[in-house]
Amino acid sequence: MSSVVSESAHAPAPTTYGRGLRGLAMATMATVTVALALVFFYAPLDADQGFIQKIFYIHVPLAIVSLCGFIAGGVFAIGHLRTGERRWDLRSYVAIHMSLIFSVGGLITGSIWAKASWGHWWVWNEPTLVSYLIVVLMYATYQPLRFAIEDPERQSRYASVFAIVAGAFVPMNFIAVRLAQNYVHPRVLTLGGGNLPGPMRLTFFVSLVGITLLFVTLWKYEMAAKNARMQIRRLRRTLLGEDGVRPLGRSAAPL
Amino acid sequence: MSTPALAAPALPLHTAGPYVAAAYIVFLALVLIYVAIMATRLSRTERDLSELQRDVEAAAEKPEEPRDLEHVR
Repeated sequence: MSSVVSESAHAPAPTTYGRGLRGLAMATMATVTVALALVFFYAPLDADQGFIQKIFYIHVPLAIVSLCGFIAGGVFAIGHLRTGERRWDLRSYVAIHMSLIFSVGGLITGSIWAKASWGHWWVWNEPTLVSYLIVVLMYATYQPLRFAIEDPERQSRYASVFAIVAGAFVPMNFIAVRLAQNYVHPRVLTLGGGNLPGPMRLTFFVSLVGITLLFVTLWKYEMAAKNARMQIRRLRRTLLGEDGVRPLGRSAAPL
Repeated sequence: MSTPALAAPALPLHTAGPYVAAAYIVFLALVLIYVAIMATRLSRTERDLSELQRDVEAAAEKPEEPRDLEHVR
């Protein structure tokens, strides 16, 4: 029993990701509901695109939040390389994982909009689309990269290096495309405020906040779930010893 | 193909409606699929937890090994 006490005394305080999750989930639900109400009952129809422009309120926030999530994954990875603590690797992993899901949503909704607006599901000579696809494909290699490395320590270190480099590439890629000429993709948001009229801008920003809250809620949700599994494993080891812990299989997720 | 956005006129409501609905359904489907996957994982965690509880209770029921008297003193 004394070994149990000394082990738990030296172990870092367990992080709880479930704290505040209920409030966050409720805020997310409220904001997304308000955003949807604004999209369909408040924001005026776009003079050029008509009703199809309503896709913009879901497509653009998904794309923006996914790119920010990729960058957040890189920032968490810096924390991992600096401290060596596995929880930073887990945070980075979940942020990138969530961003990939959101980016798939961004790609599909964008593709639907392109078909309705341009008559094509995909336009290869449009720099914004292709550069976004490159970013998504680059991050699609993140999980296979992790899975390819069996040693968990090396896996997390290599994954962190990837997350930092790729995370730095995301804003550079974004800026390079913005600076390029021959825009085909609609530029509705700029640093100067963009060309959205007031009600549309309000609707867009509420949608953006809603999608951001959804990202954070799901991130916390997944972190809490993974953390709970890790804690059960740790508890099993503490109470029953090494024999009581099942050997782990190969995994892309941090262990 | 060079400037499709400029060439495309606004679609009437009955044509644009299904596209808009499809985009929002995709979003909803993604969230629901994610929640379903997480629910599966949650049930696995719950199973692990009850398994741990069973193992700990079984270990507690085992007769204790004789203590090292020297160590106690």
